[in-house]
Amino acid sequence: MNYRQARWADDGRLEPLVFELSKAKRTGYTLPPKVPSEVNIPNKLIRTELELPELSEPEVVRHYTRLSQMNYGIDSGFYPLGSCTMKYNPKICEDLAALETASCIHPYQDEDTVQGALELMYKLEQHLTEIAGVARVCLHPSAGAHGEFLGMLLTRAYHKSRGKEHNEVIVPDSAHGTNFASAAMAGFNVVVVPSNSRGRVDLEALRKAVSKRTAALMLTNPNTLGLFEDEILKIAEAVHKVGGLLYYDGANLNGILGKTRPGDMGFDIVHFNLHKTFSTPHGGGGPGAGPIGVTRKLEKFLPVPTVEYDRKRRRYYLDYRRPQSVGKIKSFYGNFGVLVKAYAYILLMGESGLQEVTEAAVLNSNYIMRKLQDVDGFEIKFDTSGPCKHEVVFSAEPLKRGAGVTAKDVAKRLLDYGIHAPTYYFPPIVPEALMIEPTETETKEELDRFIAAMKEIADEAKSHPEKLLSAPTATAIGRLDEAKASREPILSWKMYRKLAK
Amino acid sequence: MKKLGLIVNPIAGMGGRVGLKGTNGTDVVARALELGAKPVSPARAVKALRVLKKSGAKFELITYPAEMGESEATEVGFKARVIGDITPKRTTADDTKRAAKEMLELGVDLILVAGGDGTICDLIEVIGARVPVLGIPAGVKMHSAVFANAPKATGEVVARFLSEGLPLREAEVMDIDEEAYRQNRLSAKLKGFVKVPYEPTMVQATKEGSTGYELADQKAIARWVFELMEKGRTYILGPGTTTRAVAEELGVYDSTLLGVDIIRDYKMIAKDVGEEQILRAIEGKPATIIVSPIGGQGFVLGRGNQQISPKVVEKVGKENILVIATPQKLSSTPTLKVDTGDAKLDELFRGYIKVITGYRQSRMVKIV
Repeated sequence: MNYRQARWADDGRLEPLVFELSKAKRTGYTLPPKVPSEVNIPNKLIRTELELPELSEPEVVRHYTRLSQMNYGIDSGFYPLGSCTMKYNPKICEDLAALETASCIHPYQDEDTVQGALELMYKLEQHLTEIAGVARVCLHPSAGAHGEFLGMLLTRAYHKSRGKEHNEVIVPDSAHGTNFASAAMAGFNVVVVPSNSRGRVDLEALRKAVSKRTAALMLTNPNTLGLFEDEILKIAEAVHKVGGLLYYDGANLNGILGKTRPGDMGFDIVHFNLHKTFSTPHGGGGPGAGPIGVTRKLEKFLPVPTVEYDRKRRRYYLDYRRPQSVGKIKSFYGNFGVLVKAYAYILLMGESGLQEVTEAAVLNSNYIMRKLQDVDGFEIKFDTSGPCKHEVVFSAEPLKRGAGVTAKDVAKRLLDYGIHAPTYYFPPIVPEALMIEPTETETKEELDRFIAAMKEIADEAKSHPEKLLSAPTATAIGRLDEAKASREPILSWKMYRKLAK
Repeated sequence: MKKLGLIVNPIAGMGGRVGLKGTNGTDVVARALELGAKPVSPARAVKALRVLKKSGAKFELITYPAEMGESEATEVGFKARVIGDITPKRTTADDTKRAAKEMLELGVDLILVAGGDGTICDLIEVIGARVPVLGIPAGVKMHSAVFANAPKATGEVVARFLSEGLPLREAEVMDIDEEAYRQNRLSAKLKGFVKVPYEPTMVQATKEGSTGYELADQKAIARWVFELMEKGRTYILGPGTTTRAVAEELGVYDSTLLGVDIIRDYKMIAKDVGEEQILRAIEGKPATIIVSPIGGQGFVLGRGNQQISPKVVEKVGKENILVIATPQKLSSTPTLKVDTGDAKLDELFRGYIKVITGYRQSRMVKIV
């Protein structure tokens, strides 16, 4: 496929900021359907100068259309970003979340006026409970890491209630980076266990690591190499034996949906990334949703309020009377719009549909694994004896050795083929890692196109390495100084103006 | 433009193939030549330089005449600035030292040196830790942590150092007593420390809470060790920069970099002690040994800290040994070793141990 991204620029400068386009007295507006008859805003809260950009409607439309043309998303093409489950997000879910009854309600409304919203949350909880094999779910966390953090707070509350000092959380070296941070944020000491030569948790190391200090093991299954932790029952036994809990990082749930359940494997706490497995849009920092599920013994520690159903009065209500609760971790009850989309998605798919999701996602990644396995330049570092799950991790080390190009160069060159980069340099236990998760929503033709691009890039690396080193060239913006962008981010017009001075 | 110094010790490594275990000392070199030894380090230097040439990195190359760098640079196609004076085919340790000194004076950004432990020892005698060093592995003994894995890898690291800049870490310089080694006794000495550029492919380090900067990570470790310390307990502090950071966290700024100190109640009570003094200090009292793996090969005990003898270890108890190491160091030594001189005791250490790698952070590492 021939790909060239639009590049809107004037005098070499990209499309200006909306503030820079502003000219005094230009206007364009849409009025809300119902104007409140009386607005009581205290005087001291009213600002007289707003510093808003002044533009006409066509200018605004063009500005954002241009920006969108210089962007890339799942609606533009293939997005194999490993461990992120960038599947297509059905538009019907968007439509439902945009309904006035979902988008124009307020958490302070009287319970009787939002029975539908409460019912949706109650039922979504029940579906997730069943999917994960746990006793109860809390929808509050607004991101995966937020869910992890809550999981760690619950772990702390659990051990405290038993009067035991468990202050260590064990994390495998292949774990998502957030695990280490969540455990540390909740006040635990972190112990890292290495992976074995099969790319799974090294049981010998784990058995040496567990002790009466062990509060929990945080584990992703399938792990970040896309491999199923086939010794999970022994792992669970080793952790439970010393009184520790087993925490399931749900980022990779797309690999086991409807096939097995974390609860059945012995996990006590589970988080879900609704914005991954349950197809709500994500990227760019949110909004996301990272509900967590817990087994019976941890239920009483969940945050307030919970959504309950009064059978006698046939009424849903919020319950704040939970004396052992860890309290609140978010204002109100979760990112409601995201919850609506995930609920719609689960109903759309149904039980067999969700199973098919995993079957297709696993089949797709195995197809890629087998097709690229023997390509000169890429190799798989760990177990290739069996199938992988939803994702596969290649190492571009042979390319680096032979042609001097890195995984990063391969990732950048893929952009020139109109394909989003895989996750690279993660997991850290694979040198020159390229982590590929195709998801279930791609066709065979799309996968073949990706495979062809990867093969071509491996050839280019040897014949024309400069093509990789200078990539991307077909995008609106060339290679970024990523370190500078992370270290010195300019996140707002105010920051930008301040720096310009 | 950055300046790169290149020193090739042409006789390094010659003893290896002919079983001489090193070429420190001129008579040994003569003996090696008699036995038909062929130079190895020039070829290895060329391999590293080829990779560097291919990278296209721009820099000024400063080197010593003939086989000490000039010939190797010319072979690869570099136009080097040649300084100094030598008698070809009769180079000695003094030439290495002189070259290092002159390069230091010329303000080179990095000295690339092809040789072994002996060559590095000669080098640091003159330049200390004032200029970063990277070793092209070409010696018989390479116990120091300044060598890249292979000549090609050395070239890659240098290229990145010159074009993009790389962080530096402190690395141990070791040398073993060759005379003892020839009689099958291994006696490694910690000679000092140099700064080495390293490639932080270790996203790993970042993911585990490492800052990516060894000094900061040492401080984090030191803080945690400090918080773990108990009053009334005796701490035996092994050699190294990581343990020195622990001493500094206690406010002790004159700890022994290459020796063992004793700490009690947050104060240093004895400095640079031997086995006897340690045994006396811990007699009948609870004690903890704090050590950091030494050298590029990951010895926790028995290299550079022989004062912490089997007797000391037995008295303190295996469970009272705190091993500390930065993620950077562990990335260069993924498994650890012990060689206390007591095979039975060594056996007890085999398997996984917990190594402190940061503030409230540790990692299970295998002792093999």
